Amino acid sequence: MSEHFLEVSDLRVSYPSRGFRRPPVEVLHGVSLTIAEGETLGVVGESGSGKTTIGRAILGLAKPSGGRITLRGEDITHAGTAERRRISRDLQVVFQDPYTSLNPSMTIGDILSEPLIIQGTSSKDASKRVRSLLDKVGLPSDAIERRPREFSGGQRQRVAIARALAPSPKLIVCDEPVSALDLTTQARVLELLVDIQRETGVAYLFVSHDLSVVRHISHRVAVVYKGDIVETGPAADVTSQPEHPYTQRLLLAAPVADPLEQQQRRAERRRLIDLQREQDEQAGAVA
Amino acid sequence: MSIEQLVVEPSQVTVAPRRSVFGKLLRDPQAVITMAILFIIVMLGIFTPWLTSIDPNEAQLSAYNAPPGTPGHILGADQSGRDIASRLLHSISTSVIAGLIGASVALVIGTVFGLIGGYFGTKIRAGTEWLFNLIMTFPGLLLLILLMPVTKGDYRATMLIFGVLLSPGIFRIVRNLVVGVKNELFVDAARVSGLSNLRILARHVLFVIRGPIIIATAFMIGSAIGIQSGLAFLGVGSNTVPSFGAMIAEGFGNLYVQPVQFVWPSLMLGLMTASLVLLGNSLRDAFEGVRPKASRATRRPVTVITESAAADDALLVVQDLAIGYPTPSGGVREVVTGVSLRLEAGKTLGLVGESGSGKTQTAFAVLGVLPPDARILRGSITLNGRELLDLPEAKMRQLRGREIAYIPQEPMSNLDPSYTVGAQLVEGIRASSKMTAKDAKARVLELLARVGITDPRRTFDSYPHQISGGMAQRVLIAGAVASRPTLLIADEPTTALDVTVQADILDLLRDLQQEMGMAVLIVTHNFGVVADLCDHIAVMTDGTVVEEGTALDIFRNPQHEYTQMLLGSILEDTVVRTDAPSRPTTEAVS
Repeated sequence: MSEHFLEVSDLRVSYPSRGFRRPPVEVLHGVSLTIAEGETLGVVGESGSGKTTIGRAILGLAKPSGGRITLRGEDITHAGTAERRRISRDLQVVFQDPYTSLNPSMTIGDILSEPLIIQGTSSKDASKRVRSLLDKVGLPSDAIERRPREFSGGQRQRVAIARALAPSPKLIVCDEPVSALDLTTQARVLELLVDIQRETGVAYLFVSHDLSVVRHISHRVAVVYKGDIVETGPAADVTSQPEHPYTQRLLLAAPVADPLEQQQRRAERRRLIDLQREQDEQAGAVA
Repeated sequence: MSIEQLVVEPSQVTVAPRRSVFGKLLRDPQAVITMAILFIIVMLGIFTPWLTSIDPNEAQLSAYNAPPGTPGHILGADQSGRDIASRLLHSISTSVIAGLIGASVALVIGTVFGLIGGYFGTKIRAGTEWLFNLIMTFPGLLLLILLMPVTKGDYRATMLIFGVLLSPGIFRIVRNLVVGVKNELFVDAARVSGLSNLRILARHVLFVIRGPIIIATAFMIGSAIGIQSGLAFLGVGSNTVPSFGAMIAEGFGNLYVQPVQFVWPSLMLGLMTASLVLLGNSLRDAFEGVRPKASRATRRPVTVITESAAADDALLVVQDLAIGYPTPSGGVREVVTGVSLRLEAGKTLGLVGESGSGKTQTAFAVLGVLPPDARILRGSITLNGRELLDLPEAKMRQLRGREIAYIPQEPMSNLDPSYTVGAQLVEGIRASSKMTAKDAKARVLELLARVGITDPRRTFDSYPHQISGGMAQRVLIAGAVASRPTLLIADEPTTALDVTVQADILDLLRDLQQEMGMAVLIVTHNFGVVADLCDHIAVMTDGTVVEEGTALDIFRNPQHEYTQMLLGSILEDTVVRTDAPSRPTTEAVS
């Protein structure tokens, strides 16, 4: 038994590139991370950095071309459908877009009971569980009969969270779960995720481009840049005294919601960029 | 925030009562009538043995060409002395069986292969496509006639073959739908749950795409009935099976003796196929929803306030602007309910609100690009003291090119993928000013360099897909400021971009504004962006401005409770999660 619940070591993922006989494009160049039970690991990076691919590889939605993913010591790198079904009891997902992550033609009750029934739960127990799940995510129980389109973005995301919670998983991969939501809804959904974690001890792999969101929910943060993790550490350290130049830039690029503080941060950012450019030039001159 | 989202997804719209597809059909008179006709016809076909005791093939010489109304022969008899009414009733089952066989064969083959071809990898897809393209090349009617020796004239065997020939239509529909659905996130979620491919196909994919398949089936039944009748009309196949086609052919032969003989079968055939086609249309409406007919926006507002607006020396003055959309019930729903704004030359105003607040609608009204069914109900918009709501479209277009510029949210979808970036910018410049192509190109290159593009020539010759999102936004900014506008309207200009790119774009916008002295109206939900750029802020919710003031006042001393609530939802920079990872509880373990 490994002490970490999930362990990813030297994960590589390549996507086939368009065009005849072009070599595949590698989007992850050997990523390693660990998540302990009940812990949130925030994965932050920009679009195209490969942060979403990490989550998809763990979920079996992207095929690793190298490396190893272990869940409780068991190798799940290339798990098949039957194995996935077993793993799905422990490993669930919440996607970014609450508009396409719920089947539009199914009722909320069916959406929530599907992962239970596939695990062999009787439909009576499943419907009892669905009620308690809806209660847990703060939705009325009459939602069971309704369809996703009758709910707002924030409510749909609550449904998606309830679906992920259905089999009482140990780890939920959250892929930008609040990016498509309004500011006020975003804050409430984050609160819900933290509450659920405190209550159930579920671990999160929380993927986001937004450092302030990641900072809010994560115990530890990993920064992904161009397919590599460039910095990992406790959330407080990484988000206040970043060591890697990219993390420094990222931190200062996010505007603060105050005109005067933002003015300062803007000036700091310009200074940092000039400084980094100088260093790059010097390094280039030396080399 | 797209327009659709704002229109369709307002924050508190009462949910329409749920209605199943069948429920919707029952409210559509066309569907009810066609279903009733088809039901009656099918019932007549089923109860034929009880309705008539006359054998459809029994020839009575005494009844030769009997006119309608002859005792024992209500509709008369044909040239062989066979009872027309009896033949008509027996033909129904021939047609219905033909239609059902043809359509179900096509449905089964097309759907199964469509699901396989759409869902699985490229090799399987290419293989199935090749197969169905081959089937499509077969000349249908001719093949059926040539295969008569094989089918031995049995119309049911013919329809089996015809079903295969019909299947590419269903195959293509299903395949295209599956390709669209299989990458949806809910299919991914099902995969994560460990559902097998078969179950995903049946439960998630097929169920979502069932609508178009059902619609196509209605049309296919009609088509199979038509082909069967056509073959019988040509005299191909067994002549002992009564069928509309054969009856029409015989009726034609007798046109000068008994002209009404061919009318009855034609009428029945027409009624059946027309009902199927119309029912198919009703099904489409029920599944896909009828689009409400858009009426042209009434550009003239009901009341225009002009006196006070004229007295204001600000660049842009919006007063009591109200915008509505027609509802299906015939009313008008106001999405902007009396917005007033003012923006002075060279200043920046941030219009902040959540989705559905009406902020984008307000900006679109200033630009004069509201969707066609939007109605401006009242208010006034003046630019330099000139009323914009009164301007004809041509004048407005001129204004948009020169004085008002626009930067959209999605830079990529605002560039035409089939032209180079340079060609699009040159076209924009030449549309709003009289410049030679050469001068325009020089100006574009200059602008591209100005907006921070390192290799302007290369970008000029690039197609949109060859540049990044941040670059595309720079290109659009270059196009927007080309005519040195006095007012720049930016709708969530950085929402689709990464933070580091966003910071660069914000810097660029600020520099350009100072350099050109233009006013900027920025529509956003991001308070950080507002804090970075804006002098003034207007906070919108539910179609009205609830608070307006200088940026510093709004951030440091918000008055309205909605503003306070919004600012309270911002995740503080200083807050870092401090509680330790929680111990797993019994529930998670169990």
